[in-house]
Amino acid sequence: MALDKPYMDVPGTTVFDADQARKGYHLNQFCMSLMKAENRTRFKAHERAYLDEWAMTEEQKQAVLARDLNRCIELGGNIYFLAKIGATDGRSFQQMAGSMTGMTEEEYRDMMLGGGRPIEGNRYVGEGK
Amino acid sequence: MSARITASVYTSHVPAIGAAIDLGKTGEPYWQPLFKGYEPAKAWLKANTPDVIFLVYNDHATAFSLDMIPTFAIGCADEYRPADEGWGPRPVPVVKGHPALAAHIAQSVIQDDFDLTIVNRMDVDHGLTVPLSLLCGQPAAWPCPVIPFAVNVVQYPVPSGRRCFALGKAIRKAVESYDDPLNVQIWGTGGMSHQLQGPRAGLINREFDNAFLDQLIADPEALSRKPHIDYVREAGSEGIELVMWLIARGAMADAPPRVVHRFYHVPASNTAVGHLILENA
Repeated sequence: MALDKPYMDVPGTTVFDADQARKGYHLNQFCMSLMKAENRTRFKAHERAYLDEWAMTEEQKQAVLARDLNRCIELGGNIYFLAKIGATDGRSFQQMAGSMTGMTEEEYRDMMLGGGRPIEGNRYVGEGK
Repeated sequence: MSARITASVYTSHVPAIGAAIDLGKTGEPYWQPLFKGYEPAKAWLKANTPDVIFLVYNDHATAFSLDMIPTFAIGCADEYRPADEGWGPRPVPVVKGHPALAAHIAQSVIQDDFDLTIVNRMDVDHGLTVPLSLLCGQPAAWPCPVIPFAVNVVQYPVPSGRRCFALGKAIRKAVESYDDPLNVQIWGTGGMSHQLQGPRAGLINREFDNAFLDQLIADPEALSRKPHIDYVREAGSEGIELVMWLIARGAMADAPPRVVHRFYHVPASNTAVGHLILENA
């Protein structure tokens, strides 16, 4: 019997569940390796070569190289792990979160200062259209 | 005389708050209103410093990678170092533990059917150190020993609110059976509404957050029955951290608590900040 996943109709949201974690294991563990300063240095010196040391899919490697966080999440990445890439790049959590919304950094910061993204219209897929 | 839980503290643990403190930015217009909201809490903690803080928080892919994901982990070590989360460790004191009380709680709670993971070596991340900074400022040493209690809220499914609330009750029983009249506070951290990922990032839900605070004070039993999906949908994918507050609330006495302080502020980076202090009557 399939697992109950009542969260699949939440718009713009990927819940990091057991299936996502299984897909993303190597991608997330690569991110984890960036918590060591020497690994950050090696990654920055030659990103592709460093990624090739990990049993990640080619799609996952391309998503990391492009810093496409939405794609990374689709391929099993989790934001707390992906944040290590942002830290390596010197980007704040707000910059990373904003980069997934299609907004500019300034637009996103202003939205947060204005009270954040409203819940109205953002509960169910298709609702806000 | 035995140990007792005298009060509970609830607060968000946003990493940017730690950075603001560490970099001396607390007086900037962006941060000033937030830190002002914690001034009464700092004064309260000075006047009511406990012997031990039992601090419920979550690790953010720091001590626990995907290699091991304990649902509930209790720190039984002598001390815990602030972790390097990718920006270098926070310049905050080493956290001293209370191994004797922690081991006692572990034994009692496991015998009450909660299968805790026992941790004897662990670094602690912003989830634990930011709440301490918010209430203690920048001391040379933290004011008392801390027992870290890490809850998995990173990989779904996280423990249910009901399970967390019942666990709190088991922790209360464990503390009350410890033969040393220690004054223990329990802190529940994380939340409030926020989402850090995907096109819906930046979600904030004031109405949900304030209703959560109201119900946490007045009817935590009913609040503990809120299903996961309500947190995810209404408070954002990372808003589900709020289940940890129910552990601290469950550890309080059954009689209605006294509300010492309540504060709510938007935003801190991507997040709604909530804060509450409850004392046992």
